[in-house]
Amino acid sequence: MTTETVKKQRWKLNLRDRFQDMPKPARIAAMVVFVVLLYLLPTKAFYENLGFPIPMGSGYLPLYTTGSDMAGVLFQCGYYILLALGLNVVLGYAGLLDLGFFGFFAVGAYTVALLTSPESKLITEYNWLESPWPWLLTVPIAIALAMLSGVLLGWPTLRLRGDYLAIVTLGFAEIIRIVAKNQDWILNGDRGIPSVGHPPGTWPDGEPIFELEFTPYYWLVLTVIIGVIFLIRNLANSRVGRAWVAIREDEDAAELMGVPTFKFKLWAFAIGAAIGGLSGSLWAGQANFVNSATFSLENSILVLAAVLLGGAGSIGGAILGGFLVIYLPEWLRSVGDVFGWPTQVQVGNIHIDVSPTSLRFVIFGALLIVVMIYRPQGLWPNRRRAAELKDRQKEVAPVE
Amino acid sequence: MNFDDLIQGFPDLTTTGLAQGSIYALVALGYTLVYGVLRLINFAHSEVFMFGTFAALWTWGLMGYDSNSARPDLGTALLLVLVSLVVASLFSGGVAMVVEAVAYRPLRKRNAPPLVFLISAIGASFVLAELMGAFTERRQQGIPGLLPGEPLFSAGGWTVYPLQLATVVVALAVMFALDWFVSKTRFGRGIRAVAQDADTAALMGVNKGRVIALVFLLGGLLAGVAAVFYSMKQGNTRFNVGFLMGLKAFSAAVLGGIGNLRGALVGGLLLGLVESYGAALFGSNWTNVIAFVVLLVLLMFRPTGLLGESLGRARA
Repeated sequence: MTTETVKKQRWKLNLRDRFQDMPKPARIAAMVVFVVLLYLLPTKAFYENLGFPIPMGSGYLPLYTTGSDMAGVLFQCGYYILLALGLNVVLGYAGLLDLGFFGFFAVGAYTVALLTSPESKLITEYNWLESPWPWLLTVPIAIALAMLSGVLLGWPTLRLRGDYLAIVTLGFAEIIRIVAKNQDWILNGDRGIPSVGHPPGTWPDGEPIFELEFTPYYWLVLTVIIGVIFLIRNLANSRVGRAWVAIREDEDAAELMGVPTFKFKLWAFAIGAAIGGLSGSLWAGQANFVNSATFSLENSILVLAAVLLGGAGSIGGAILGGFLVIYLPEWLRSVGDVFGWPTQVQVGNIHIDVSPTSLRFVIFGALLIVVMIYRPQGLWPNRRRAAELKDRQKEVAPVE
Repeated sequence: MNFDDLIQGFPDLTTTGLAQGSIYALVALGYTLVYGVLRLINFAHSEVFMFGTFAALWTWGLMGYDSNSARPDLGTALLLVLVSLVVASLFSGGVAMVVEAVAYRPLRKRNAPPLVFLISAIGASFVLAELMGAFTERRQQGIPGLLPGEPLFSAGGWTVYPLQLATVVVALAVMFALDWFVSKTRFGRGIRAVAQDADTAALMGVNKGRVIALVFLLGGLLAGVAAVFYSMKQGNTRFNVGFLMGLKAFSAAVLGGIGNLRGALVGGLLLGLVESYGAALFGSNWTNVIAFVVLLVLLMFRPTGLLGESLGRARA
């Protein structure tokens, strides 16, 4: 019995270590193969050749979301992964609880929409712009504005204690949404901004790459994610990253050791916000239409759930989490459609919507509680953070 | 900016603000009680309140009054309100205790850090809201008008409606009762002891687990009372009404100084008034923004709220 468990652990360790022990060219080759596979994910043929047994005539394909466009689901996963990576910097590295992270997504999306749409009021009413800008040019502006809003929000609030910060950031996201909904001068309220620009580029035959088809957007977001991963990895391993960990573990001690805590907290906030804004600008490039209804609070919570389910402080965790929160309900829905899961249950004269998409927040809510109780470090934890949590459990046993 | 509306409607705006503020204060007390004892923002409290509104709606439904019924006479109306007050507060109190037992108690046993508590609370809040959403098909449900709709009295530019008067009177009565309970009774002493120093209190023989459950129950009862008056004022309810109310009530608690019972009262009334005046000044679309700006500004200059944080420290 016991030897078996030990063996299992050793095997697990080996997998990780074996990868590390491989010669560098082999490691790079393995990564390249993996990345190529990632780019192939939206094609249906990929799933048909996976080698899983396919039940004949059921229309079910393993791992494929038959209920909705697979590339669309993957693109959505992509921008949620980006959001999760951004929030991971704020929450996982610096330990600041930001409940309104989607607000930065909104800032990015609106910036792109305003500058690239020919129907934006900047052009039609105020004549600030001669003609709509190309999408690519607006992305840096969107990132910069999101970063600026992060700094503006962080400046007064980062001096507050953790739980106040949570409420203030939540309020910030709500304010952005309400402002976008209520005022008519620029953002056009609920009517929104139509015909937002798409990213540039044409196929060899002259057709534009980025139109309504999801697959190119998925490739674009995947490329951006890979870039962001490199950026965050390097940041986390630098002086800045060490300062964040110090702040997370004990802010007062870090301050005493000479870490300018406020400055680094503000940086974490700004960098997280910038990634959120980038995600928003990618989304706007695809969505074609931006209005306030997109930026409801559920999305902020979904991103938070993604980071925490995956494991705060770990890049792999953020990616896993961002992927799961979008993919899982879609996949469950597809499976349900194939095998006849009912979408409605009737109790007396009340119809209860039991489709996985409708119940996903119930499931995520319950999952959050369960994960916090049994695995607070997340599914793919950062080793150091897991150790911090473990330490605390060993401290004083609370008296009941 | 519309100063004329503000000046002309000042008495009416004050009454509306006070009535709305008392509802905020009642919900804010739930946040403050739990925060005082556990140092935890009970994020799920907003959903406890939301369940209260539905409990009231269902109670009236069972007694034969739905949104299409005619207004009953005064005696029947008072009876309906009284019954729904009892049912809604018990229901909300029960929900609050279930939340405590499922989402918080296991974490307390593991000595989890505050962030973990907060996230578990968010999880609980989502489960509750979405369950109700699935159960009610996410539809807005109408609530019958019960108390008489004509003004109680009106003098000059000042009118007071029965519902407003009832809200303020009941809210104040409940809050005085709570104040007495916490400062004078044995249970209240237990609450104050745990708030001051949980471990020492436990060593002195206070049953910490029971005190915490009691605090959640009290918060739930108050939220139920608030829910009844909120429903009657709003005329409808939905599975997501808790969120905004929770945010406002928490802001009220922070305004007055979280963990401080009298602070919650002051903060609630103040927030109600500020919103009411602000809505007249800037337009009712901006009410929620005003509430937040006020909170932000106050936190910058007085991070512990108007009356300071204290539940254990004698003042409460």
